[in-house]
Amino acid sequence: MYAIEIEGLEKVYNAGFWRQRSKRALRPLSLTVNPGEIFGFLGPNGAGKTTTLKILMGLVFPTAGRAQILGMDLNDPRMKAQIGFLPEQPYFYDHLTARELLRYYGQLSGMDAKQLPHKVDAMLEQVKLGSSANVQLRKFSKGMLQRAGIAQAILHDPKVVFLDEPMSGLDPMGRREVRSLIEELKAKGKTVFFSTHILSDAEALCDRVGIIHQGELRGVGAVADLTAGVHGKVEIVWHGSIVPAAIRSMNADCRAAGESTRIVVPEESQDSVLEALRREQLRLISVVPVRASLEDYFVSQLGTPMKSEAVTSRS
Amino acid sequence: MIRSRQVTCIASALLVCGMATAALLIHAVDELRPSATLQQMLYITSPKLLKRLSLGYDGLLADIYWTRTVQYFGGTHSRGGGNYQLLWPLLNITTQLDPHLIPAYEFGETFLVAKPPEGAGDPEKAIELVRHGIQNNPGDWHLYYDLAFIYYDLKDYRNAAEAFLRGSQLPDAHPFLKIMAAQMAQHGGDLQTARMMWSETYRTTHDKMIQANAAAHLRAIQVDDNVTVLENLARAYRERAGRFPEDFSEMVSAGLIRGIPLDPLNHPYKLEPGGKVVVTHPDDLPFLDKGLPNGYVPNPFPTLTPAS
Amino acid sequence: MNSRIFHIATNTFREAVRDRVLYNLIAFALLMSAAAVLVGQISLNIERLVVINLGLTAVSLFGIIIAIFIGIGLVSKEIDKRTLYTVLSRPVRRWEFIAGKFFGLSGTLAVNTFFMAIGVFAALAYVSHHFVSSDLGVLVALYFIVLQFVIITALALFFSSFSTPIFSAIFAFWLFVIGSFAQDLRNFAAMTHGFTRWMATGAAYLIPNFSALNVITQVAHGEPVPHTLIVLNTVYALVYSMAVLSAAVLIFERRNLK
Repeated sequence: MYAIEIEGLEKVYNAGFWRQRSKRALRPLSLTVNPGEIFGFLGPNGAGKTTTLKILMGLVFPTAGRAQILGMDLNDPRMKAQIGFLPEQPYFYDHLTARELLRYYGQLSGMDAKQLPHKVDAMLEQVKLGSSANVQLRKFSKGMLQRAGIAQAILHDPKVVFLDEPMSGLDPMGRREVRSLIEELKAKGKTVFFSTHILSDAEALCDRVGIIHQGELRGVGAVADLTAGVHGKVEIVWHGSIVPAAIRSMNADCRAAGESTRIVVPEESQDSVLEALRREQLRLISVVPVRASLEDYFVSQLGTPMKSEAVTSRS
Repeated sequence: MIRSRQVTCIASALLVCGMATAALLIHAVDELRPSATLQQMLYITSPKLLKRLSLGYDGLLADIYWTRTVQYFGGTHSRGGGNYQLLWPLLNITTQLDPHLIPAYEFGETFLVAKPPEGAGDPEKAIELVRHGIQNNPGDWHLYYDLAFIYYDLKDYRNAAEAFLRGSQLPDAHPFLKIMAAQMAQHGGDLQTARMMWSETYRTTHDKMIQANAAAHLRAIQVDDNVTVLENLARAYRERAGRFPEDFSEMVSAGLIRGIPLDPLNHPYKLEPGGKVVVTHPDDLPFLDKGLPNGYVPNPFPTLTPAS
Repeated sequence: MNSRIFHIATNTFREAVRDRVLYNLIAFALLMSAAAVLVGQISLNIERLVVINLGLTAVSLFGIIIAIFIGIGLVSKEIDKRTLYTVLSRPVRRWEFIAGKFFGLSGTLAVNTFFMAIGVFAALAYVSHHFVSSDLGVLVALYFIVLQFVIITALALFFSSFSTPIFSAIFAFWLFVIGSFAQDLRNFAAMTHGFTRWMATGAAYLIPNFSALNVITQVAHGEPVPHTLIVLNTVYALVYSMAVLSAAVLIFERRNLK
């Protein structure tokens, strides 16, 4: 049995005052997620990631298709007791403290009343909010809110955890913590489904990924399998800061680094670069093959590169 | 666990049943408190204060008070008791809030003047009301008509004639006013005049209650007319036969009348000893001068609109 | 199921109580009661009248404002700000959410009214120096006011289930105003004919019957409130609220939450 099974899921919105314009948020989407795996749902902003998650959570109703989680329907309360959800940029009840918030969510999830206080305190410790347990949420920073959000998502020990952009708003330390948390979850045998537009996280964590663009699923599989089909690249480093004209005209990623210059080009161009360097009598330092990254896969699939990491983490 | 469709069914059922029950309860409460808004209505008895409090929405407030006035009068009238104390204050407030609410003046003219149980029996207030109306709507001939009617009811034919005259001088006045000015001056007390006045009212008013009132007056005039004629014929019979007739069939045999005479509601008249003619259903015929049986006490629960 | 509604209700209560807006409005209402004492002293023998009228009107109006603002805030805002997402991803039915919010907010308003009522009775004790049996009428009037709040809460929830916070507040407020003239609307409907009559009568019976729940003037004059009315009004408030909440549930169950 799959942990998550989606078949032909579609969502069409009717926009405009007279509902005359229809907007396709999701074209027929089908994918499956196996129990115990970490699945990354990737795509640019507006691709349909959040829409898919909302449909799975029963917040939005699909116009076609069906989906099941743990073999149960999307509105089945028994299923809901076994899943956890962290929405994008969560916002919580202003006037509750972190402890009160988690107790509330625990009660709603039907957790045992006697054990609840202990579990809440333990969870707060785990996400490093122990010292802020009695602080009202309106005083929390973005990072703290994110951690509180993760806490409420896993408090009731769900089998499947859904995270929408879990790294957003976190500094590198925080992101490291979330990463290790996700790995912990997998170690405990849980299934993690998370959406992100930060490819390096996905590459590091995920067993499998699915790439969605403009509402359409463009590729599903293990990272290695996806990148295997992309042509490899080569990194060439030479001494000095001169870039021969022939190389400049290749429009490749060329950077100066201290006293040397580095360029990354497709395998096929390797010879022409070396030839150009020899003609100019520039001293070669190294020639190293570079594994195709997910980003390369992206570019090859979608034709548009994802925004670079530095930019996206700020948004 | 309850499924979504079940929730829809139950919620829909609760919605429909709930609203239906709520409507029934509203009805029950209304029955319980017929004069509920009375105190609220007149809590602020000063029209000027009310006008200021209404923050410019006096038109709307006037409409609300007008609605209450009609409801109050209709309710009190059907329940009997004939105590129309609040009619004047309500009309006063209404016309202070909106002096251009013409129907209010017509209503006041009709039902403030009429004596209980048909109305409040306060003609002075009626005159005050209509004069206020004329002051604020100098170009409206209807108000002069209303004023004339009040004077007519008080048998002050001179003032009635003057009111008709002044009204007839307005640019788009109904020609009726000129005719009535003359008629009133010369034949104020005539039955013919009365008939003309009430027919005109019946024909031109939009208010159902005022129309019913005019119809009742016309029927009363008809009865007065009939009774006068029949009693004259009874006296004629006595001239010939030396005694008053016992019943109408004797008058028929004598060739004085064609058949058993019927009143405007198709009930037969009754011939009493002494040649007196009376109606058999006096409760259905308010406003009678003649034809009332001896010792008749008017019904405290009057009906303006019997079957016809 | 019941425990979830209970938890949502208590959480709603907790959220409401910590909102500072609440306290400002209660303070205003208490101020009004104090002001009533002053106004009453302007003319002899009507201090009781003014205190009851002004005091109860203040409780009613401020209570309605609280009901609308917090009521709207608690649902519309929650939908707007996505706190709802984490609630509904748990085994909580959408209708349970509405029910919980309703009970939480009604409870909050009942407690508010209690505190505001203390202000009114304090003012009353001050001007009368002792309580009269007709003061029980004031309790009845307060009870009716609470019933009004219950209905407004249901309406606020209804509008929140499909409309933005601002419009929900506006609609709820206007329904309160129109509902206060409900009896007049029914009278008006009785005066019309034909199609207008059907429409007007329908509308007149659909709007909340706040006019019957307003016995302030009666009580101020020391007139007793018939027991039948208390029963009828109670049943009406419950039945009407239930109907409105059912409508809210019907809409909310189907709503796509953006």
